[in-house]
Amino acid sequence: MKHTMTRREITAAGAALTASFALGGMRGARAAAQASDNPEANEIWRKVRASLFETRPITNVGDDTLLLDAPVRAEDAAVVPIAMRARLPHTASSFVEKLYLVIDNNPSPIAAIFSFTPQSGRADIETRVRVDEYTFVRAIAETHDGRLLMRTRFVKASGGCSAPPGKDPQAALATLGKIKLRVDGDVALGKPTLAQLMISHPNDSGMTMDQLTRQFTPRRFVRTVNVAYGGQAVLSADLDFAISENPNLRFYFVPRGPGKLTVDVVDSNQTAWKSSLDVAPVA
Amino acid sequence: MLQRRIGALLLSAALHATTAAQVGAEPSTPLSVAEVAPGVHVHTGLVEDWSPESGGDVANLGFVVGSRCVAVIDTGGTPQLGVRWRAAVERATRLPVCFVFDTHAHPDHVLGNAAFAGPDTRFVASAKFNAAMAAREPYFLRALERDFGISVAHDAMVYPTLAVDGTREFDLGDRVLVAQSWPTSHTDNDLTVYDRNTRTLFASDLLFVQHIPVVDGKLRGWLRTMPQLERMDAALVVPGHGPTRSGGPDAWKPQQEYLEALLRQTRAALKSGKTLSQAVDSVAVEAASRWQLAERFHRRNVTAAFAELEWED
Repeated sequence: MKHTMTRREITAAGAALTASFALGGMRGARAAAQASDNPEANEIWRKVRASLFETRPITNVGDDTLLLDAPVRAEDAAVVPIAMRARLPHTASSFVEKLYLVIDNNPSPIAAIFSFTPQSGRADIETRVRVDEYTFVRAIAETHDGRLLMRTRFVKASGGCSAPPGKDPQAALATLGKIKLRVDGDVALGKPTLAQLMISHPNDSGMTMDQLTRQFTPRRFVRTVNVAYGGQAVLSADLDFAISENPNLRFYFVPRGPGKLTVDVVDSNQTAWKSSLDVAPVA
Repeated sequence: MLQRRIGALLLSAALHATTAAQVGAEPSTPLSVAEVAPGVHVHTGLVEDWSPESGGDVANLGFVVGSRCVAVIDTGGTPQLGVRWRAAVERATRLPVCFVFDTHAHPDHVLGNAAFAGPDTRFVASAKFNAAMAAREPYFLRALERDFGISVAHDAMVYPTLAVDGTREFDLGDRVLVAQSWPTSHTDNDLTVYDRNTRTLFASDLLFVQHIPVVDGKLRGWLRTMPQLERMDAALVVPGHGPTRSGGPDAWKPQQEYLEALLRQTRAALKSGKTLSQAVDSVAVEAASRWQLAERFHRRNVTAAFAELEWED
């Protein structure tokens, strides 16, 4: 099998990453990854690491510093819940500026890059991803002062008939761009507040071949999400088709007075959608 | 298991005894079949996961014999099972196979297609089958290689060329089969096959018996589809997994109870603000415990239900 369309460019990291890993060939020749493998030695990771971080040191940390919540086995290959929660101070001068989500053995390993500001309150993200294969999943935190911290976990692929493609792409397309933005419960002034963003979108890898035309369907996926509160950035996300159909993000922001939570979504076709929510925090 | 009835139990016991003995059999050994109604033959797969342990022989397969030709309903979980399934058909009849129905794009049902490919055989599926199969094929083939050690090239895959959107009749000679596609339920490309002569409904994975139902489409869609299937004039219902049942509401009741519990409790979890990870550990655990393979599929079902129902307003 071939994944000929694995090129991807990410500019959010400052340098363009063109990940052409010829994964088809590497996968074919290799047995499935195992939890006992050395995560540092993974060939794909070494390439991703060099592209994103060059030779900068990366410190492996535990859940007490950077929690990576992922199931031991992907129950549904198309919808695997992942949480990355930095447990470091989040102040104006010291905070986690970026969280990278890397899934080594996916066709496009860099699943997402999330950027935070002091207004985020927490560098804490929950989302859902597609997991193709037995793989290491990595959360890498980049602090404001330039340190890199990594938490790695092994996730077993789902067995049987579960596969990463969406369950009903036609339905997702029918409501394309519909956005649900939610903040639950009372909102406390000046406190980190949890918000949930849902976007109706097939988030398609575009690797499907039409049997009649032998053409690959064009990929279409949500590329960027920008969230602001009262005009100040709280979250910026560079996403990939590794994110599940109907992308779902849970994140934090700090309301320092009544205001609007605004969301800007752009997909790979350069189609843009907006949504907003009025928030009235109580002291 | 719940809801056992004597007739169905005897039937399933007979089928299972032979199926289980055939795991690891010679590639050419015909799969076991039982003639459940005149001219209607069923191979009952194991109630197990599609894995090397089961040999991939987990889906129920059928064939129906007319006066002119034969129709095959699903082809088995590996190319080798396809060969053995074809041997079973050829042992029962000399008539050619004119139609092969692929009931949905899951590997346990259709990876035996190649064994039936030929100039006079038309492959039939839901109009949405090819898109779903093409998207999944790389993963199915990788699983086949990784787990079963079986390599299949993309070019060896056989795709249907006759699409059903709604209902369509297929004449086997003195026997008409009615194929029907359904709105997204178990998958987005479910197809049933109904034999008018014997009033046998091949429900495929729109009905699970003993094997916990698996949601890979839309839970609410499936719950809307089920009453329509239940009302069909069926003397026999052949599920996608588990023993054949007599037609009527009783055949559908256990599945309906489970899917309704899944719906109700997933909605409750959403309402109480639970996350997906929290929901998979708590939703419908009791309802799932009555089914075989719950440990393998229930959490997955909650995942699918949660991702679907969170869009409800």
